[in-house]
Amino acid sequence: MQASGVIFYFFSFIVVFSATLVVVSRNPVHSVLWLILTFFGASGLFILLGAEFLALMLMIVYVGAVAVLFMFVVMMLNINFRDLKSGFTRYLPVGLLIGLVLFVELSLIFGDWIPINFMNGSIQKAVDLELENTKQLGRVLYTDYILYFQLAGIILLIAMIGAIVLTHQRKRAVKRQDVLTQMYRDPERSIELKDIKPGQGL
Amino acid sequence: MIEIQHFLALSSMLFLIGVFGIFLNRKNVIILLMSIEVILLAVNINFVSFSYFLGDLTGQVFTLFILTVAAAEAAIGLAILVCFFRNKGSIAVEDVNVMKG
Repeated sequence: MQASGVIFYFFSFIVVFSATLVVVSRNPVHSVLWLILTFFGASGLFILLGAEFLALMLMIVYVGAVAVLFMFVVMMLNINFRDLKSGFTRYLPVGLLIGLVLFVELSLIFGDWIPINFMNGSIQKAVDLELENTKQLGRVLYTDYILYFQLAGIILLIAMIGAIVLTHQRKRAVKRQDVLTQMYRDPERSIELKDIKPGQGL
Repeated sequence: MIEIQHFLALSSMLFLIGVFGIFLNRKNVIILLMSIEVILLAVNINFVSFSYFLGDLTGQVFTLFILTVAAAEAAIGLAILVCFFRNKGSIAVEDVNVMKG
């Protein structure tokens, strides 16, 4: 077997094994850790496919941001996970049935599918083998796909604003500056002059 | 020699694991979100492998956008989850229908 075959089977075994454990593991913290391993395996496969930029993006975005977010939420919410697992055996047959149906459908497709002869004809020209992957991606991303690139940025902005709006809570105990109250305050109503006679108190 | 069929088989296995996870963890929203991430990863592997074997970069560009949307989706989903947990004290999906107006 060639080296690429060994690498492929190694990484795909890691991916499938850890994805299974994400789904079946009892503790959500373990699930997050297995999810991280899944993404590491997938980025190894991406490097095997020559998509280095996406592999490193996967590590930065998923392992660095999404998995940490999941871990943060799992640890922040004090949840009794024992109760949440109670329907595990009840849902198992339904899940297996749906999985089996999907598996049969996919294998029927595989059985009937003949791949066209890849890497020939004119479509090959889209990848210039002289350049590295990141440079090629940048050349199409900032020219042909500039609209979609900007839209992706807007989606991220909206997601950020939405997450902040949803989770931000105003504390009652903290004193804040109220600009309108400050502006409408006038000296006549806020200052009271009292004439105090000598020798008397208020 | 690794052909595209190998990658397609891998990504369909990953997809099935994700769907299976959705059915298996119907009560735990956090693992539901993780299953959705696994499904999106299967789609990404499909896109990148077709991009490689067809010699076309479009698949990788699409993977980049899927990555963006998946990150946004995870952030929003977890924010809704935190918000729900504050109001309700649990994250069981069966209770979510109280959010109906």
